[in-house]
Amino acid sequence: MFTPHTPQEIVEMLKVIGVDRIEDLFTSVPEKYRFPKLDIADRLSEMEVLAELNEIASANASTDDFISFLGAGAYDHYIPAAVDMLLQRGEFYTAYTPYQPEVSQGTLQSIFEFQSLMTELTGMDVSNASHYDGATAAAEAVNMAFHIFRGKRKKILVSRAVNPQYRETIRTYMQGQENVQIIGDEEGTDFFDENQTFIEKIDNNTAVVVVQYPDFFGRINDYTKLIESAHEKGALVTFVFNPTALGLLKPPGAFDVDIAVGDGQPLGIPLSYGGPYLGIFTTKEKYIRKLAGRLVGETVDDSGNRAYVLTLTAREQHIRREKSTSNICTNQGLMVLAATIYLSVLGKSGFKQVANLCYQKAHYAADQISRLEGYELAFKETPFFHEFVIKTPKPVNQINLHLQNHWILGGYDLSQDYPELDNHMLIAVTEKISRDDIDEFVMALEEVAHD
Amino acid sequence: MTELTIYELSQQGRTGVQFPEPDVPISALPETFKREEINLPELSEQDVIRHFTNLSKLNYAIDSGFYPLGSCTMKYNPKINEVVSRLPDFANTHPLQPIVSVQGNLYLMYQLQEWLQEISGFHRVCLTPAAGAHGEFVGGLIIKKYHQVNKDPKRVKILIPDSAHGTNPATSSMSGFNVVALPSDERGNVDIEALKAECDDTLAGLMLTNPNTLGLFDENVVEVIQMVHDAGGLVYGDGANLNALLGILRPGDVGFDIMHFNLHKTFSTPHGGGGPGSGPVGVSKALAEFLPSPIVTIIEEGDEDLPPFFGFYNPKHTIGRMKAFYGHFGVHIRAYTYIAMHGPKGLRDIGEKAVLNANYLMTKVKQDYHLPYDRLCMHEFVVEGKWDEIPNIHALDISKRLMDYGFHPPTNYFPLIVHEALMIEPTETESKQTLDAFAKAMASIAKEAREDPTKLTGAPFTTPIGRCDEVKAARDLVLCCYIPEE
Repeated sequence: MFTPHTPQEIVEMLKVIGVDRIEDLFTSVPEKYRFPKLDIADRLSEMEVLAELNEIASANASTDDFISFLGAGAYDHYIPAAVDMLLQRGEFYTAYTPYQPEVSQGTLQSIFEFQSLMTELTGMDVSNASHYDGATAAAEAVNMAFHIFRGKRKKILVSRAVNPQYRETIRTYMQGQENVQIIGDEEGTDFFDENQTFIEKIDNNTAVVVVQYPDFFGRINDYTKLIESAHEKGALVTFVFNPTALGLLKPPGAFDVDIAVGDGQPLGIPLSYGGPYLGIFTTKEKYIRKLAGRLVGETVDDSGNRAYVLTLTAREQHIRREKSTSNICTNQGLMVLAATIYLSVLGKSGFKQVANLCYQKAHYAADQISRLEGYELAFKETPFFHEFVIKTPKPVNQINLHLQNHWILGGYDLSQDYPELDNHMLIAVTEKISRDDIDEFVMALEEVAHD
Repeated sequence: MTELTIYELSQQGRTGVQFPEPDVPISALPETFKREEINLPELSEQDVIRHFTNLSKLNYAIDSGFYPLGSCTMKYNPKINEVVSRLPDFANTHPLQPIVSVQGNLYLMYQLQEWLQEISGFHRVCLTPAAGAHGEFVGGLIIKKYHQVNKDPKRVKILIPDSAHGTNPATSSMSGFNVVALPSDERGNVDIEALKAECDDTLAGLMLTNPNTLGLFDENVVEVIQMVHDAGGLVYGDGANLNALLGILRPGDVGFDIMHFNLHKTFSTPHGGGGPGSGPVGVSKALAEFLPSPIVTIIEEGDEDLPPFFGFYNPKHTIGRMKAFYGHFGVHIRAYTYIAMHGPKGLRDIGEKAVLNANYLMTKVKQDYHLPYDRLCMHEFVVEGKWDEIPNIHALDISKRLMDYGFHPPTNYFPLIVHEALMIEPTETESKQTLDAFAKAMASIAKEAREDPTKLTGAPFTTPIGRCDEVKAARDLVLCCYIPEE
């Protein structure tokens, strides 16, 4: 389909090689298995494939069709047109990892700028060139902490208010290491005031404590005491953060956390049914040599011009092989670029505006919904950012079915992950939601309560 | 030619995008958590467009020219892929929407699983891994869990040929195994005697890249796999080089138990300057219940009037979740489109032309460069980037000089078993004219090496910047822009 060879050229090329037919190039492949018949539909032209993909897509309904109050780890933010226009430059998206700096300064400098933006956003010392997503960044944070203690501290403490999918991913990543205990998030854990009960679980065998900021329920918890206690016991602290929230909230670095990770999807990356997203990974300078993943550093070329290169590569798998602590190879190149462009074009004022709009609209929505009979704001005592939990008068899946008839995507049904939270809906509000959308949502919620 | 950073371009008070004022009553911010300042750059939209457009011009890319980076399969990325993956009904679907509202997505993922199974000969495929290394990690964890479930925990040893990519041993360590390196024989195959010596009851498995990183198909692959199976081990196939096998051989047919695909190599999804990739994993029937969760499946069969209803399931012995949600869906759409545009004939055409191009180029290049394993290759080949009579010239110099001829260099210094390796993978989408031009440049460089070696040692001369001081970068670490204080 995309092979340019003419019949005449094939003949000439085979002659140069010294074989008669293309089939003769495959004599090292066992004859019995050579040239299998593949049961796949015949090929389509570009025109036909576009029609087919349009038809497949039309079986979906998107956030363009719905008013969406779904968040829980992926957020529907406005993406300025400039972001995707630049991403579609072939010089960016058809290049590979910048192994050869002389012909890759575009990619290298944009990663360098990304690292700069991430350290500013988080208040941490250093950022790498990214991981796959927030969940794998959290897992790599735990893995890094485990190796900082050379595997001698066996306990990993994870809050039950960390995104359930992140907790699962941490467990998957760590199952290759012997005798690791991942605790703190068992069902029945009292995560309503975790700062008390949770702190008591930190001991001298604890490698790292993982909490979320704002947490999975949208709450902005005060972790000051927790962090102090962890550091007293010599344990590290990892924050899982939401980048948009950091437009308004004190950054992780201000709390002296050791590792801060998050999903960069809210920074100009489409929802795209869960991926590709972007794992942000930042830490303190002293852990830089334990950090997994690519790093770009500034240097000079042979004429003294400023230049950028991949650096500290001796940490990585292609040098250390079985002695490296992670096998990560590349980064989320194009998603890094999207986030860098997004933050550049929003800039200081645009980014603060977005964070503020999310905050204000979410608080208006929470206020309106909690006035409804039968609905109640859960965790009333704790401030929240752009997500909050509402206790509902009926099971959330029933309510959401009703909302779908109004072309509203209701919030996340927390009972799927938290049996103790049946009839609890996690609602996210972004800048894309208008006051009218919220009022419509509130009316539909009122209606379903009386059904 | 250098470009200022976004912080150097920043002017206080400038902004690139405006948002509406809040249309709701204002609530007070929580004082204790309120951020004082966030020092992001301040640029107009045009500043941003020019900055990143200028940066893009400093890159070499497939769209600008030949990119024969061995083992990376830098083939042409069809433009239709970019159109379909941006259809709003795909791009704007939330991963937690009710499954009834995303049947299109689920159908596409299911069909892609089915096609990858058919292409590779595996029983089941899981799409969640985010990249090749992530897929390898799945493989390592499956091998671990398989032996655990079979109550055979003494199997702690993974064999890896010395030609393997660095991710293979790193993955094995992460999965909790001890790594033993296997030597290659003089034809570039796995050394059978060395393998025999390691086939004991501590053997967990073998990780094998086939064709290997020398671009050679292991002539004893069936025997090698049989030996590992007889010893109770599993065989993991690194699918990095699957492009050579499309329509030529299905790895599942010759007995591989697990393999990852690289959708960004074999199935033309863009490399994106280093990602996003996508590394689905295929397994044999015996291992299907160990795959990561969740996997797309048919929940209710369709009939004449209704299509099947798709959803997710979690395999019984699943190693668990590898990341949030379901993998790089945006990449899945592109791979689906690519396979749909090829069909069985087109897929075989890819494998054939990739191998034809590599052998043609190898025949030409070996006239001036030493080819340590001189036999027909698959999709790539490895030559030595040095000559005994010119000891000061290295593979690096040849690579840098190639840039002056307008080409991206091959992979260099890998695989480790070839001195000063230059690993060249032309891919099937390059024309004879491009290959001839590259071969001519290689011949010309070989001549320059003898007649005027400074043309190599000083290269590149025509790129935006010259050779970089990598020692300084690591010694005086500067990992972020100078950000002026407020």
